[in-house]
Amino acid sequence: MTTSVSEQAQTGRSTPTATITGMLLRLILLGVFDIGAVWLITGMFFDGYWPLAAMLAFITIAVNIIFLREGMYPLRWMAVGLSLLLLISVYPIFYTVYLAFTNYSDGYLLTKQQVIDQKEGDVYLPETGQAVAYTAYRSPDGNYVLWLQSENPDSPLNNVLAEPDVDIGESTIEVGDFDENGIPNSVAGYERIPTAGMFVALSELDKILFGGTEQGVQVRGINEASQVQQRFVYDPGTDTITDQQTGIAYAPVNGQFVDEEGNKLPQSGGFIITVGLDNFSRFFGSSAIGGPLFQVIVWNFAFAFLTVLMTFFLGLFTALLFNDLPGKKIIRSLLIVPYTIPSLVTILVWKGMLNEQIGVFSNVLQDIFGSSPPFFTNPTWTRFAILTINLWLGYPYFMLVCSGALQGIPQDIYSAADVDGANAFTKFRKLTLPLLLVAVGPLLVASFTFNFNNFNVIYLFNKGGPPIPGADTPVGYTDILISYVYKLAFGGARGSDYGLASAITIIIFVVVMVITLLQFRYTNMWEAGEDV
Amino acid sequence: MSSITSFRQSGKRQRQLSKLIRFIIAIFMILFALFPVLWTISASLDSTGSLATQKLIPDNASLDNYRTLLNSTTFPYKTWLWNSLRVATVVTILSVLITTMTAYAFSRFRFSGRESMLKSILLIQVFPATLAMVALFALVQQLGTFIPALGLNTLSGLSFIYLGGAMGINIWLMKGFFDTVPKEIDESAMVDGATHWQIFWRLLFPLVRPVVIVVGLLTFIGVYGDFILARILLKSTPKLTVMVGLYIFQDNQFSQNWGVFTAGAVMAAVPIVILYLLLQDYIAGGLTAGSVKG
Repeated sequence: MTTSVSEQAQTGRSTPTATITGMLLRLILLGVFDIGAVWLITGMFFDGYWPLAAMLAFITIAVNIIFLREGMYPLRWMAVGLSLLLLISVYPIFYTVYLAFTNYSDGYLLTKQQVIDQKEGDVYLPETGQAVAYTAYRSPDGNYVLWLQSENPDSPLNNVLAEPDVDIGESTIEVGDFDENGIPNSVAGYERIPTAGMFVALSELDKILFGGTEQGVQVRGINEASQVQQRFVYDPGTDTITDQQTGIAYAPVNGQFVDEEGNKLPQSGGFIITVGLDNFSRFFGSSAIGGPLFQVIVWNFAFAFLTVLMTFFLGLFTALLFNDLPGKKIIRSLLIVPYTIPSLVTILVWKGMLNEQIGVFSNVLQDIFGSSPPFFTNPTWTRFAILTINLWLGYPYFMLVCSGALQGIPQDIYSAADVDGANAFTKFRKLTLPLLLVAVGPLLVASFTFNFNNFNVIYLFNKGGPPIPGADTPVGYTDILISYVYKLAFGGARGSDYGLASAITIIIFVVVMVITLLQFRYTNMWEAGEDV
Repeated sequence: MSSITSFRQSGKRQRQLSKLIRFIIAIFMILFALFPVLWTISASLDSTGSLATQKLIPDNASLDNYRTLLNSTTFPYKTWLWNSLRVATVVTILSVLITTMTAYAFSRFRFSGRESMLKSILLIQVFPATLAMVALFALVQQLGTFIPALGLNTLSGLSFIYLGGAMGINIWLMKGFFDTVPKEIDESAMVDGATHWQIFWRLLFPLVRPVVIVVGLLTFIGVYGDFILARILLKSTPKLTVMVGLYIFQDNQFSQNWGVFTAGAVMAAVPIVILYLLLQDYIAGGLTAGSVKG
């Protein structure tokens, strides 16, 4: 009701001129946006990035509708925010799912179209074909140009060609004095290479494609050059790439162009194709992948659960303990310090302090017990160290939250318990804790989800190590799913397997989704329709 | 009578004892909380610079480690810090502006699909950006082939990805705050002939400043402290953020250069710790609204 009033106020107020100028401005801006978007979308589409092209096309159409239809006025306020959410939050989720069904990995990084485009740029120097005489020149910094002289004076090959990406000022090239054959002794500041020097220069010259790919010229011998030809031609009808030099046809098989004998297209990477459930069947098919993955999942749940449990109870304990102490504000400010430091910094500092040879903790333990635990090489001790660090990092948060929530509990409910003669512990268990959990419950779930994906503490402390022996992939005893995903995709040690990493990401998606849906159901989030 | 007095006295004594015990526990907990911090600061001032020989109170305190780090050419620490501050500032300003506008519309307008959009935003928000790291990497790489400024190894590309970061939860947080501002305020302004933009910018934006500060701070802190996305998207040394730089520094020469590393750690942490301590109460309010940090 209120809004219809404001809408009327808005339309009633607008003067015609303001509307026309505003509309013109809006149309111009929209036009500029559209031109850019269409350029981007078509480019991506023809490069084979069709999922991203489709997402951008959807956003562009939506933006156009929003800014052209007057009834969509409220959405104009959100156009930027919602577009960013779609592109950076929604699209990556779906794209991850798509990638999980592809072979995207080292050796299969490009789209098929990109492989074709790349190979169609390759050229070769035919054994026969129109030859042309040349003279070579060299600049002081080692670049070459060719002076070409064809027998046919009208041939377009009569030209001066430089190396690709070297500009010698094509139209007005300065040349030096000509000799008796009409060949200059210098070109654009390049000095002519004497005949005696040609044998040495030839070893460099015959690798250079003069004049760029299109219409390029390569030297074939000491005084003969020839125009190069496109080596690979793609035929969309047969879906094959044919090598013009050898006549061999290559057809796409499993993300590679191969000939009939199974030989790969020379000097070419594979391309991204969908591989069905291959990535998922690797979990089950190979015990060297499936076994460690199972360990990772179990530890992942244990790590998140123990972290939440410990941080919550220590936080609650400190909140209760200092609730009525004098100077509690100072105590709290000091206790909150670990929470304020960026987690990367504290984790790396702890890593130094626990260092097995020279860390302060190890040295102290060494002095007291004569030996100190292997915090980085023994799975159990590494887990213990990680949980301790995470407790240190995490409990101030729950201390803050709990002391806030404790103040919200009315004190008079305790008087009834006093009458019944309940002791302090019973009062805590039967009254304080349940009331607290109502307030803090959703935060516990959020904390679980956060810690389930707490990459920093796992990876920065010991890179998920110590490694699990015999595993086919880089995986360690303290790895959780997200650090495992990172190591598969970006770890570097054994190449990048984006497809398998995405498949494992889907496991995390499912876990997070289930937890969230349970939470929504529990807190009746969906039913709270009226007050959103 | 006397029994009551003694009961009272023993109760008092008990309470005092309990207070004493709690003070002792508090001291231990403060030690637990602060020891690593003090140890780091002490190490950064210890010019011997080795992890093995360090003492809590360094024999010869100096700023040598800071000087070494700030003058290092292999590890351009100043550039890293500057990169981080730049990225965090730009992302914070843009993100707050975009989020506030979106939240304003959700709070002030009624249109079809509004509720399902709000719920979808909440649902999307449960998937943190880092989960989709492979897809984000591919997204930036693909965008970069057409718009090099947003490609891999650019700070603008990284900032672009951060913009999506916590937008969903912030929209909810801000919308909730806008809802507490009475609609009568806009309506009377509307009657006076104000446009929606004037109402938003002149009238409501100042009123929602507390939540803008919270969201801005949390965004700044989150972006500044991020490791994983910056690690994936940035490659060359002068482009790194301070978090990635610190990580690489310790990965390369940890134990030999413990002192220099801790100097870097202190300098990287100081801006954030100051922000936190200055705005503790603001942030505590924001925390209970659902953002979590670990």
